[in-house]
Amino acid sequence: MMDFLTNDLLQLSDSAIRFATPLLLACLAGLYSERAGIFDIGLEGKMLVAAFAAGAFSALAGMSVDDGGWNMGGAAVWVGLLAAIIASIIMAMIHAFASITLRGNQLISGVAINFFAAGITVLIGQYWFKMGGQTPQLHEGQRFEPIILPFAKSLQDVPVLGPVYHDLISGHNIIVYLSFVIVALTWLILYRTRFGLRMRAVGENPGAVDTAGISVVKLRYSALIITGILCGLAGAYLSLGTAAAGFGKDMTSGRGFIALAALIFAKWKPIPAMWATLLFGMLEAVGSKYQTLDLGFMVLPGQFMQALPYILTVVILAGFVGKAIPPKAGGEPYVKER
Amino acid sequence: MSEVTENAGRLDAVAPAIELIGISKAFGPVQANKDISMTVAKGAIHGIVGENGAGKSTLMSILYGFYKADKGSVKIDGAPTVISDSHDAIAAGIGMVHQHFMLVENFTVLENVILGAEDGATLGSSRRRARKELKELADEYELDVNPDAVIEDISVGFQQRVEILKALYRQAEILILDEPTGVLTPDEADHLFRILRNLKEQGKTIVIITHKLREIMDVTDSVSVMRRGEMTKTIATATTSPEDLAEAMVGRRVLLEVDKKPAVVGETVMEVRDLSVTDIHGVKKLKHVSLELKRGEILGIAGVAGNGQSELLEVISGIGAATSGEVLMHGESIDVSKHANAQLRRHRGISHVPEDRHQRGLVMPFMTWENTAFGYHNEPEYSGKFGLANQKYMLEDARGKMERFDIRPVIPTLVAHHFSGGNQQKIVLAREIERNPDVLLIGQPTRGVDIGAIEFIHQQIVNLRDAGKAILLVSVELDEIQALSDRILVMFDGVIQGERMPEDTNEGELGLLMAGVDPEAQS
Repeated sequence: MMDFLTNDLLQLSDSAIRFATPLLLACLAGLYSERAGIFDIGLEGKMLVAAFAAGAFSALAGMSVDDGGWNMGGAAVWVGLLAAIIASIIMAMIHAFASITLRGNQLISGVAINFFAAGITVLIGQYWFKMGGQTPQLHEGQRFEPIILPFAKSLQDVPVLGPVYHDLISGHNIIVYLSFVIVALTWLILYRTRFGLRMRAVGENPGAVDTAGISVVKLRYSALIITGILCGLAGAYLSLGTAAAGFGKDMTSGRGFIALAALIFAKWKPIPAMWATLLFGMLEAVGSKYQTLDLGFMVLPGQFMQALPYILTVVILAGFVGKAIPPKAGGEPYVKER
Repeated sequence: MSEVTENAGRLDAVAPAIELIGISKAFGPVQANKDISMTVAKGAIHGIVGENGAGKSTLMSILYGFYKADKGSVKIDGAPTVISDSHDAIAAGIGMVHQHFMLVENFTVLENVILGAEDGATLGSSRRRARKELKELADEYELDVNPDAVIEDISVGFQQRVEILKALYRQAEILILDEPTGVLTPDEADHLFRILRNLKEQGKTIVIITHKLREIMDVTDSVSVMRRGEMTKTIATATTSPEDLAEAMVGRRVLLEVDKKPAVVGETVMEVRDLSVTDIHGVKKLKHVSLELKRGEILGIAGVAGNGQSELLEVISGIGAATSGEVLMHGESIDVSKHANAQLRRHRGISHVPEDRHQRGLVMPFMTWENTAFGYHNEPEYSGKFGLANQKYMLEDARGKMERFDIRPVIPTLVAHHFSGGNQQKIVLAREIERNPDVLLIGQPTRGVDIGAIEFIHQQIVNLRDAGKAILLVSVELDEIQALSDRILVMFDGVIQGERMPEDTNEGELGLLMAGVDPEAQS
């Protein structure tokens, strides 16, 4: 039992954090968008484009000049991150233009972005690297490395807290730590700043914002820029911060939608969003650690275990978690009454 | 321009608070405002009256920067002012209380007040300052509201106060109110008028848009009348009368009283026994309501919107389900469960003119001939060969209804949303009344309907009564209830709070009942 606690549970929690990170970032991205009244089912597409941009530009930046790269050494990973954020913001702005300026249907715009992302990443990937849509394997300097926090080694032998600090808290890359900082930051922005107050208002009643003399359009664009940045981070994490070390076709595999489910589960609030995505992360960790699970009276097959996060998504979306009230003006373009 | 110089010649020492000069505004082919000039003196309460679509709200929305005028200019306190958005309007000291409140429902009062008027990037100091100022404003103007209450939990009367507080917090010197009393009980309306007079004494200028002539007479110093986008008349309130104003609004003499003979009441047609409704959130909307409806009478149900009247109509008409209780028609029980079929109701002689004609009375994008048959489209006379609809007959039938009910223009192929509110309502009425029902359920018969059409609709209802039919009238307009009803029930919080005969009661007493107070128990 002690063994299970110290080893399995720590290991599971550790990988839960890794799995949860991109979900958390995407979930927070969705939070900004939907709190401002713009439905965003294009999180998936934005992440995918970001993951590709990160993988491709990090690879290019790190390659030697002879191979057609820019030979930037350790800066390559940052080039990749920047590319991811820019690519994701561009996608977010397409969605913004369609749904805010042109007042189009936000669901359709989101679906279009997802399809576009699935196609364009493979198309450009094949054109640039000729590897069937993949980007080259990333090496040191081209990807995010684990950060060993101070005293992790020396405190390792302290009972309970030592292993927790060393195995669970220490040893993640920068984006993981950043994502948890962003949770706190989002809470502060949402509830303690002028921008947050206005953003929450514009998602509930844009008329109230407009008549208070504030531009609805500017507010919504600002929120979607933040959505773009966060999806960029999420995508960059997938290709630069995981064992994949590079972009693979459809590598987001539905994480954008799971993030949306988590957002509903969390009732559009940042702290619950963290817990919700950690729950999904934990299920994914369980699924990948235990290929099959022997319950004594029956054996759960590996496919079932891997499907756990998706099953939970369906359960949540089917409304088994109680009433979740979305921002009232969500999905509706703002038109002054006539 | 001659008018402007003329005005300038008559200027007093104090420049007028608002001066609109030659304002025009078109929405596509519709000219909402035509060359309107208007002056409001500082410290006055000025009324703007007109029928729906006369352009009152458009004019005020232009002043508040919500719409941009095609032509014309604005002076505030004598200084030319360009107002291109609400931000400019607020900066010019203008505040507006919209007809549909511009509040964020899940925010607190405090958050709504500071939204857009924050002190800095973070909220701490704004909250402290707003809390202090709200207290001062509350003491000064009888505008008490709990700053920490969430908007969706407080009554519309309080919500309106929040809107006024929002404007005052932004240092508004000019306050525009669009149909402010539509959602208030008479008592709340009186309170509002007290607040407005109080504001006036403090030197604020107030513009009130309304279609209720009595309010204009009560509270304003001067009044402008609008008709079809033009300003037809501006006059001191003391020198005019409701009749004159109505004539200026409609363009002809109108009867403000309903002309009706005493009712000849017959036997009971419908009986409602112990009816209760609990909604999906578990809230009791209707609590053991019983009533009887007799031939040849109009039974009016008064009450502030949302006190169970809608649910009562829904259950009787077969749209909603009752949790318990029963409804008897000619002594026979009708189905009030969730399996109820609204179509079968019609065969039992119950017709229904729903409260919300856009949602339930009409299919807005459909043509008139379709709308005049809906609900009865399975009746034999509308059926042609091979089970297809008899379109030729339906068109003729629609034309006949349009002529008899004065629905203009008489074009059966015109789509419902091209008609004015009054004509839309007449389409619904024609369909339901011409079925010759034993019981007519009618909700808010004249909501959004202009004065001319109100006169016609009221006459149709009275005619149906005189033909020995029973009418259940639900309206939030107390004037309408008093004018039409032969007997009045007042609903409050899902209960019938009292029954009165119109000749033995007055508005004050009904107003108290509407607010849940029993005047008899009090004295």
